[in-house]
Amino acid sequence: MLGLKKKDATLFLIVVAMVIFAPFILNPFPSDSSLAQFNAGYPDLMQRFLIFGIFAVGFNILFGLTGYLSFGHAAFLGVGSYAGVWMFKLLGMNVLLAIVSSVLMSAIFAVVIGFISLRRSGIYFSILTLAFAQMSYALAYSVLSGITNGETGLQLSHNDPRVLGESVNADGSLPVPNFFGIEMRATETLNLGPWSFDFNAGYYVCAVFMILGFYLAIRIFRSPFGMMLRAVKSNQQRMNYTGLNTRPYTLAAFVISGMYAGLAGGLMVSMDPLAGAERMLWTRSGEVVLMTILGGAGTLIGPVLGAGFIKYFENIFSKINDNVLHGWFAFMPDGLENALVWLIHPFIGKGWHLTLGILFMLVVIFLPGGLVEGGQRIRGLFRRSGKDAAKDNAKATKHPAE
Amino acid sequence: METLIIQLLNGLDKGSAYALIALGLTLIFGTLGVVNFAHGALFMIGAFCAVTLNRILTLSHTVIDDTQKDFLGNPLKVEVPYVNGIFGEAAGNFIIDWTVPLAILFAIPIMVAVGVIMERGLIRHFYKRPHADQILVTFGLAIVLQEIIKAFYGANPIPTPAPDAFKGSFDFGVLLGFDPFTVIYPYWRLIYFVFSMIIIGAVFAFLQFTTFGMVVRAGMADRETVGLLGINIDKRFTIMFGIAAAVAGLAGVMYAPINSPNYHMGMDFLVLSFVVVVVGGMGSLPGAVLAGFLLGILQSFASMSVVIETIPGINQVVIYLVAIIILLTRPRGLMGRKGVMED
Repeated sequence: MLGLKKKDATLFLIVVAMVIFAPFILNPFPSDSSLAQFNAGYPDLMQRFLIFGIFAVGFNILFGLTGYLSFGHAAFLGVGSYAGVWMFKLLGMNVLLAIVSSVLMSAIFAVVIGFISLRRSGIYFSILTLAFAQMSYALAYSVLSGITNGETGLQLSHNDPRVLGESVNADGSLPVPNFFGIEMRATETLNLGPWSFDFNAGYYVCAVFMILGFYLAIRIFRSPFGMMLRAVKSNQQRMNYTGLNTRPYTLAAFVISGMYAGLAGGLMVSMDPLAGAERMLWTRSGEVVLMTILGGAGTLIGPVLGAGFIKYFENIFSKINDNVLHGWFAFMPDGLENALVWLIHPFIGKGWHLTLGILFMLVVIFLPGGLVEGGQRIRGLFRRSGKDAAKDNAKATKHPAE
Repeated sequence: METLIIQLLNGLDKGSAYALIALGLTLIFGTLGVVNFAHGALFMIGAFCAVTLNRILTLSHTVIDDTQKDFLGNPLKVEVPYVNGIFGEAAGNFIIDWTVPLAILFAIPIMVAVGVIMERGLIRHFYKRPHADQILVTFGLAIVLQEIIKAFYGANPIPTPAPDAFKGSFDFGVLLGFDPFTVIYPYWRLIYFVFSMIIIGAVFAFLQFTTFGMVVRAGMADRETVGLLGINIDKRFTIMFGIAAAVAGLAGVMYAPINSPNYHMGMDFLVLSFVVVVVGGMGSLPGAVLAGFLLGILQSFASMSVVIETIPGINQVVIYLVAIIILLTRPRGLMGRKGVMED
């Protein structure tokens, strides 16, 4: 189907179904129950799942396939954001314009940065990309504030030309991003008994791009081009000795993944037309590294899982505070309850980064293949009860790179 | 001329911090071949050693002081630090005033212990793994360490003053024959520079003139052969890791009065220190020190108003720009050894 093999087609269909039905899947608890705080089905968070999913899928095309670890991918996210907002300011509020300009602009940046950075590999490549990203950040913060509006961040204003639309709405409010008239913030709420589900226009715009991006990623992974990138990862020297110039391939991968990041940036400003320099900070680049590794670098679904996992916990875990914990452990004796809350306290709420850091370390140490490898191992455990355990074992060790 | 000297001096203290961190990074890289992204966190832990010692020394109990009255006429309650009770008031105040220098003694065992635990507990398992894995796991460790510090000390910077004797500034210009008050420089920054020179000198002397250092240098050059000669090189490298951690920690302790410690100071320095290491040449100790000072001074020159007016924004990007140029034109860095981390 669609030029995919059966296994990939199944995966693709699963992802499509998950993305389309996410408003249901992410809201499993009735909105009046005490578990409602674990519902992730509100538009803002769902959009972020997809946007960071796209970002991570793109990053994975570079890191997962070629092994080049870029520590400066947030620069493209930032460039995409700025390009998007400028499009809103100059031309009009259609998100398609903004997204196209984001992708093109970040592609140009990626060509320049990639052309220079890819002259080196290994740690030097990481440092070079890091240096470029930090440079972009510093410049956006200071000298280029004419373009980026420095610390305040770039936002829409009443004096923008907006040639294709109007600068200000009739009632004096700022126009909002739309897709041929459908406003991004438009949300339909469906109430089914105690459950309520939000269907947001912006989310479905993101969903379309997510599905397209994911499909493209599968095609790249299965193409001869993808094979070439994998060969670069396993032994670049040998490729060079066979008389093959790998630079165009790695550069292409770098630019593609930069364009994914630009797309993510464009979608971000389409949902909320505001771009700030801190989007380029290297900790942001670190975040996408975390997502990709946590989910499983080099796998198709891994980065999406990682992005969803981190964003979910960032938003849900960080909302749990001591009061909630006291509520949960209320059935215990007071001393035990307080001790437990005290014990868990550093890991929740504002301390959830600690949990994330520990989790990330555990994954790097014990599960280099990320959540995907974890899933495969668990499946392997269940299957091992069968008679051909050894055979399955061999299969399991062969597959983690997929 | 005066402004040039001021900028040179300003560059020295930042350069000292870069040089110390880069020295530690290079020690770890040169001995163990590990790219340690948690090194900035060690710097930060060092700074928080000073904070912790300050907290310990100022632990106090409430005493009712009959000689003083509050506005209602009741005897005033005064917080008296325990150290005053132990050593007497004058000595106690003196000790509290000198917290930061004392924290050096406090930090050395802690940092060595942290370093050794880190190496034995975690990094040892990553020697055979690719560099990307080492970067990732130490990056994770850096996040964990920094969040632990945040959980204990909060997110705000904690002012940690230098001893009163070193407050104020030193009129450097008079020494060089300029008018008074043209070239003034805070005492503590001068001390920081001198201190870093001492530490750097001590590390080099240790490697150059002791048997232990000689074995370590031999191990850096050819680990396998040294191992075959029946020397337990792993143990020595572990100790070197501890020393590298202590160097970063001491850099942090002494930096506390210059910049109030906060939990992300390590990350801020780490990025620049990596650039410094790469510019100096991966695995080259003199290169790291040289590049540290060079980039520190360069950054400070670039922030002169004349320079900023000519090339706006240069002060923000000069280090990265230099790093990019050096990486592309001199792939081994300024003083990199042949065969270390070459593609």
